[in-house]
Amino acid sequence: MPFMEFVNFYLMPGIVLGSIYALGAVGITLVFGILRFAHLAHGDLATLGAFAALGVVTIFGVSPWVALPVAMVVCAFMAIGIDKLFYDYLSERPKIIVVMSSLGIALMLRAVVQVVWGVDTETYTRGIVRPDDYWGIRIRDREIYTIIAMFVIVGVLWAFLQKTKWGKAMRAMSDNPDLALLSGVDNRKITMLTWGIVGILCAASGFFLGINTELKPLMGWTMLLPMFAAAILGGVGRVEGAVIGGLIVGIAEETSVLFIPGEYKAAMAFAILLLILLVRPTGLLKGKVL
Amino acid sequence: MELIGLLNYAVFMAIFIGIYSLLALGLNIQWGFSGLFNAGIAGFFAVGAYSSALLTAPESAVHLGGYQLPVVVGWIGAMIAAGAIAWPIGKVCLRFRSDYLAIATIGVAEIIRLVVKSEGWMTGGARGVNKIPRPFGDLSYLYSQLAYLALVFAIVLVVYWAIERQISAPWGRMMRGIRDNEDAATAMGKDIKARRLEAFIFGAAVMGLGGALFAHFNRSITPEAIDPMIATFLIWIMLILGGSGNNRGALLGVAVVWIIWSASEFVTDQLPTEYAIKAKYMRVFIIGLLLQLVLRFRPEGILPEPQGTAGSPEVKTFQKQESAAK
Repeated sequence: MPFMEFVNFYLMPGIVLGSIYALGAVGITLVFGILRFAHLAHGDLATLGAFAALGVVTIFGVSPWVALPVAMVVCAFMAIGIDKLFYDYLSERPKIIVVMSSLGIALMLRAVVQVVWGVDTETYTRGIVRPDDYWGIRIRDREIYTIIAMFVIVGVLWAFLQKTKWGKAMRAMSDNPDLALLSGVDNRKITMLTWGIVGILCAASGFFLGINTELKPLMGWTMLLPMFAAAILGGVGRVEGAVIGGLIVGIAEETSVLFIPGEYKAAMAFAILLLILLVRPTGLLKGKVL
Repeated sequence: MELIGLLNYAVFMAIFIGIYSLLALGLNIQWGFSGLFNAGIAGFFAVGAYSSALLTAPESAVHLGGYQLPVVVGWIGAMIAAGAIAWPIGKVCLRFRSDYLAIATIGVAEIIRLVVKSEGWMTGGARGVNKIPRPFGDLSYLYSQLAYLALVFAIVLVVYWAIERQISAPWGRMMRGIRDNEDAATAMGKDIKARRLEAFIFGAAVMGLGGALFAHFNRSITPEAIDPMIATFLIWIMLILGGSGNNRGALLGVAVVWIIWSASEFVTDQLPTEYAIKAKYMRVFIIGLLLQLVLRFRPEGILPEPQGTAGSPEVKTFQKQESAAK
C-alpha cells in the first residue's frame, strides 16, 4: 500500500478521532484524578453537549461553530448541577457508590436526549464536504479545525493548571485532598470548578464527534470505553497523557481495520485497556492507580 | 376466558421474575458480598443464553451446532462459559479498585454484543438461534408454562440455598471482611485477588445460568433480545432497592422492580404512538432517578444486610467458653 494512501485513509482519520477521544479523556482523567472515581456518565454528557449544539443550530439557524460555546456553557452547568443534585450527597460514602450513581446519570441523560430529540440520526449541516488536497494529504476543513481546537483547548487547560492559583489548587487536590484542605484549598469550590471544566470538555468532544460523523443518542456511550482506555493509557490524572492516549487509541482503531475485520474496530480500545492494566497500570506517563 | 388470559400473564411474569432473580443473585455474590462492580451483566447473560442454545439446538444452516445435547448439559455449559469469560477479566482487573472492573465489564458486554452480531457462522447473526428445545415444551400451552415456572423456581431455590450456604460459611465471612476492610483482610493473610476472582466467577456463572433459562423459555435467542444497558441497569436497581448483601432482599427487589417496570410498560402502551415512544424513554429516566433516590435516602435497600455476628458460630463458642470459665 502506498504511504500516502495509509496517511489519507488511516492515519488522518485516526488523528481526528483521536483528538475527539483526547478531549473526552482529559475530562475523565480530571474526574478520576481529582474527584477519584470513574465517571461513567461522561459519554452521555458529551451526547447532551452535541445535541445542545444541534438545538442552537436548529432554533437560531446559526453555524455550528457559534453553537459550540453555547453547548459548552450548557454542559458545564449541567455537570455542576448533576454534582450538586446527586454526586455531592454521596461524597462521604465509598467512591464506588458514586460510580454507580454516575451509571444511572448516564441513562437519565440519554433518556433526556431521546425524549427531546428523538432517536433518529441527525447532522449539523447537510451535504457532503469533499476533502481538500494539501501536498497529497487529503483533509477536510472541519477535520483541521477539530485537531487545532483540541490542541488549543487542552493547551489553555494545561496553562491554567500550571500557572493560575486555581489550577494549582486543583493539582494540589489531585495529589492529596486532605493536605490541600489544610493549606486552605476549598475542596467544594475546586470540585465545582472541576465539573465546570469537565462539562466544557464533554461538550467539545461530543460536538466534534457530531460534526465529523453524525449525532446519535448512543454516540457518547460508545465513546466511553475508548475515552477510558485513553485516560488510563496516558496515566490517570495526567492531562498530557490523556491527549497522547487519545491519539494512540484513535489511530489504533482506524488502522486496526488493516489487520482485523472492521466490525471489531471498537474492540481495539478494550484490548488496549486490558493490555495497559496488565503491563503498566500507571499508564505511559506515570499516573495514579486507584 | 379473561381469567385464563390473566393467569397466563401472571405465569409469564413469574417466569421472568425467576430468571431475573438468578441475575440479581449472581450480582449479589459479586457486589453484595464482595464489592465487585459488574456493569456488564448483559454480556454474561448473553454468553449463557447462546452457549446453552448452541449446545442443545438442532442442526441449522445458519449457525454452529446441531449437538442436541440434553438441556441440563446446556445449562452447565452456560455456567462454565460465563465463568470462563469472567476469568481473564477478573484476573486483569481485580487487582485494582472496582472502578476499573466497571469499565472493563462495560467493555466485555460490548465485545460480546459485537461477536454475537458479526460472527454469523457461530451465532446465526441477526437471525439468532431458533428451535431451542424447552423442557416440558410438549405439553399444552398453559401446562407447559406452569411446568417451566416450577422448574425455574426450583432452580432459583437451589441457587439461593447454595449461595446462602456459601455466604454463611467461612468463605462468605471472609468475602465480607475483604469487602469492608481490604487492608485488615490482607493483614490476616487472605489472598484478596484470588478470593475476589472466585466470587466474580461464581457470580458470572449464576448469571450465565439465568441467560440459559431465558433462551430455553423463549425457544430462541437473537441479538435484539438483549438491550445491554437496560438489562444491566434493571438488575442493579433491583439489587440496590431490595438490599444488597441480602439474598432475600435481592429477590424482593426483583419482584418489586419487575412489576413496576412491566406495569409502566402497560401504561405507556396505552398512549398514542407519538407519545408512547417518548414515554418509553421517560420510563428509563424514572428508573435512573429511582436509583439516585435509593442511593441517597435508603442505600441499604428495603431489606438491609444483617449486621453483627450474634448468630455466628464463633460468637456462640466464645460465649460458651466465657460461661464455662465463670
